[in-house]
Amino acid sequence: MSKNTRDAKFRAIDVDKYDENNYIDEETEDVQSGPNESEVIKHLNAARNEEALKLVLTNPPLATKNQAIKDKCFQLVMRVLTSFRTSDMDSAIKTLDQQKIDTLMKYIYRGFETPSEKTCSLLLAWHERAVAAGGLGSIMRVLTDRKHV
Amino acid sequence: MPETHQFGAIAIYTHSWNSNRSSLALSSSSNIVDLYKVSGANYQKVNVLSAHTQSVTGIDWAPKSNRIVTCSADRNAYVWTQLKDGSWKNTMVILRINRAATCVKWSPQEDKFAVGSGAKAVSVCYFDSSNDWWVSKHIKKPIRSTVTCLDWHPNNILLAAGSSDFKARVFSAYVKDVEEKPGQTIWGTKMPFGNLMAELSSGGGGWVHDVCFSGNGDCLAWVGHDSSLSVVNANSLSNIVTFKTSYLPFYSCVWVSLNRLVAAGYNCEPMLFEFNGKNIKLVKKYDTKEETGGDNVISKVTIHTGTKEQCKKFSTTGLDGMITVWDIDAK
Repeated sequence: MSKNTRDAKFRAIDVDKYDENNYIDEETEDVQSGPNESEVIKHLNAARNEEALKLVLTNPPLATKNQAIKDKCFQLVMRVLTSFRTSDMDSAIKTLDQQKIDTLMKYIYRGFETPSEKTCSLLLAWHERAVAAGGLGSIMRVLTDRKHV
Repeated sequence: MPETHQFGAIAIYTHSWNSNRSSLALSSSSNIVDLYKVSGANYQKVNVLSAHTQSVTGIDWAPKSNRIVTCSADRNAYVWTQLKDGSWKNTMVILRINRAATCVKWSPQEDKFAVGSGAKAVSVCYFDSSNDWWVSKHIKKPIRSTVTCLDWHPNNILLAAGSSDFKARVFSAYVKDVEEKPGQTIWGTKMPFGNLMAELSSGGGGWVHDVCFSGNGDCLAWVGHDSSLSVVNANSLSNIVTFKTSYLPFYSCVWVSLNRLVAAGYNCEPMLFEFNGKNIKLVKKYDTKEETGGDNVISKVTIHTGTKEQCKKFSTTGLDGMITVWDIDAK
C-alpha cells in the first residue's frame, strides 16, 4: 500500500488538458468591441431612453475575452436600465426584437450575479417584462450559451 | 380526440413501433424492454426483453426485417429476433465503447445500425456471419462530446449525429464490406467511411437533443437545449435557418411532410412547424392538457401512420407514463 494515499495534490492537475479531443469553444474572428458608448450617452442625455436601450443592446461584446470591456458594457447597460421609470419599461420592451431581448436577458442575469440593494428590484422588474416578451426560451438561452456578456 | 394509454406511474424514456403498429416496445428508464400487443386502445404486455444490466437508452424496431435493436447505459447493444414460438433471441453487438450507449437507429435497408455513445463516438454496426455477432466501426473525429441522437439519410449511407458539443454533423457511414460504392448526393461526392460531410451549429449553446433527415434526405432538422429548432437544406449549407422559440426546449423532432415537422419536449405539448426555405413558422400546438390530461415532458415523437413525406398520425411518450397517438390534423 502506498504511503501517499491521503495525498490530494494530483487533484489539482487539469487532466482535460491532456485530452486532445477535449471540447474547445469556437473561436470567432470578429471580436466585437461593444456598443458605441458616446452615442448611448448622447441619447440618455436627450432623454431618448428607448433609443439608448436599443443601441446599448446592439453589438454586445460576446466574443471578446477581455473582461474589462465586458464590465464596461455592463455598467453602461445598467446605466441605461436605471434611467427608465417602471411605467416606461413595457413600451421599451415592445420595440426590441427577439435577439435584443435575449441580450437584455443576459445582462439581467449578469446583474443578478452581483446584487445590490439598488439594482435588485429594478432588475426583477425588467426580468418580469423580458420573460413576458421572450418567454422561457430566452431564459434557456442565457443558461445554455457559453458566450457571456 | 387523440388515443392515449397510461402505462402506470413510470417515466417512459423511449418507444418504437413494429411495421404494422400492432406491437410496441417501451423502455421506462429500467434495464428491461417491455413489448406490448396493441389493438386500438388496448395494450397488453406480451414479452420482456431482459439482457441489459442498466437503463435502456434506445430502442429501434426494424419494419422490414422485424428485428429490434436495443442499447443501454451498460455499454452494450443487442439485436433481437423473434423465434417461431414467439419468444425473442438476442445477438451480441461488439460496440467497443467505454461509456454508456445513448441512442440507436437502424439504417433504412436494415443491414446496418448506428449507436451513439458517451465515448464521443458513433459505432456503425454490421453483421459478421462467421462469428454470428454484429461488429462495429467507429466514427470519432471531430465529435467532442457525447453523441445524443442519430438519424439515417434515405440513401443508407449518410448518418446525422447530434452531440452535446452543440453541433449536428453529417457523416458518411459507408461500410465497404457490406455494400456497393455510393453514388453522389447533394451532401457531397466523396464518401469514405467517417468522412465529415457537414458540421452544423445553430449559433448558440445548448446540447443537440434530436436530429432528423427529411423524407427525401435534402434537409436536416435539429433541436437544441437553447429552445431552438434549426433546418438546413444541403443545397446551401451555409444558410442555416434557426428559429429561437419562446418555449422550453424541444427534446425530439420528426418530419411529417417535405416542409413540415413536429417537435416536442420540455414544453409538454407537441408543435407543428413549417419550413419554407427562408424561415420557420409555428403552425399549431397540440393541446396536451386539454385533450389527454397529460402534462409532462415528452421524451419521444415517432411517426405512427404514414411516412416522413406524408404522416397521418404520430405518437408521443413522456415522463407521465402515457402514450398518445395524435392525428396530424387534430386541433
